[in-house]
Amino acid sequence: MGNGLAGTMLLSSSDEVDFFIRSYYEFQLFGQTLSINTTMVSIVIVCIIMLGLIVFARHEIMKNYDNPAGEPNAVQNAVEMLVEMMDGLVESNMGSYAPKYRNYIITLMAFILLSNISGLIGLRAPTADFGTTLTLALITFVMIEYAWIKGNGIRFILDLFEPIPIFFPINLISEFATPISMSLRLFGNVLAGTIMLGLWYGLMPWFAKIGIPAFLHAYFDVFSGAIQTFVFGMLTMTFIRDKYPD
Amino acid sequence: MTQITNEALILACSAIGAGLAVIAGIGSGIGQGIAAGYGCSAVGRNPGARGDIMSTMLLGQAVAETTGLYGLVIALILLYANPLLGKLS
Repeated sequence: MGNGLAGTMLLSSSDEVDFFIRSYYEFQLFGQTLSINTTMVSIVIVCIIMLGLIVFARHEIMKNYDNPAGEPNAVQNAVEMLVEMMDGLVESNMGSYAPKYRNYIITLMAFILLSNISGLIGLRAPTADFGTTLTLALITFVMIEYAWIKGNGIRFILDLFEPIPIFFPINLISEFATPISMSLRLFGNVLAGTIMLGLWYGLMPWFAKIGIPAFLHAYFDVFSGAIQTFVFGMLTMTFIRDKYPD
Repeated sequence: MTQITNEALILACSAIGAGLAVIAGIGSGIGQGIAAGYGCSAVGRNPGARGDIMSTMLLGQAVAETTGLYGLVIALILLYANPLLGKLS
């Protein structure tokens, strides 16, 4: 392998294209090489932004908490509208099970949305890493299975043999395919946008980088990110609701 | 006639394979188009149910998109994390 093909990446020869996960700091732990990489830094920044928004909203709401006659200010109105909208979405999909799950669903959707649009402030989106999306999908998977067992008791095993017992392996595979397909859907969509923008920034001449990337960001980060957030939340709600008996 | 090395052959075939893998997008594109078309006709017939039709349509399109994304993931694996090069040594 001496003729410039040493890497395992076809595009790695062009250094200008930049959409890979980079590691900033590597260390050894239990014989494994671990690294602090782009995804972790992005997640921390996204969480700090989220926490900042929460603290800001609480600060604005607490301003006139003590005088009941005070009018709610703009921030309180906006936050209440947002929370009511999300509550309505969860309520319309999960019915009477909504109060148990809406905290999780709204937190999940807020994190995914902020992660997806974090490309706007120059971060590499954390959801463009399969580790992040697989983690989110596995949490959802655990909640689906919990709802299944909670709703049906020990008889949830009988559901695996529906409609006839020979379908058992197929049912088992389709159960475990849920987290894989959910995580790959989010990962593939966000990574496609990241690669598109990386190629545009890396390979286009300088005059194409003025103004035009705004439209690409608007489509790939904001529009596609919002759609995928909605889809991930909707699928989580639908799968959890389906496991409960009517 | 220059010699083609094994690595070059694998990389070239991987590039062709990546191109073939993203053909999977055709099926999901057709599926999404059909879903959008029937969504439009449903809204035309019953404009009051616009929100419900919209969310159901988006959900169906996202599920239909998954097969196309599997092709995309395979293409990306072939291009950026090629497992076949490791089998040479």
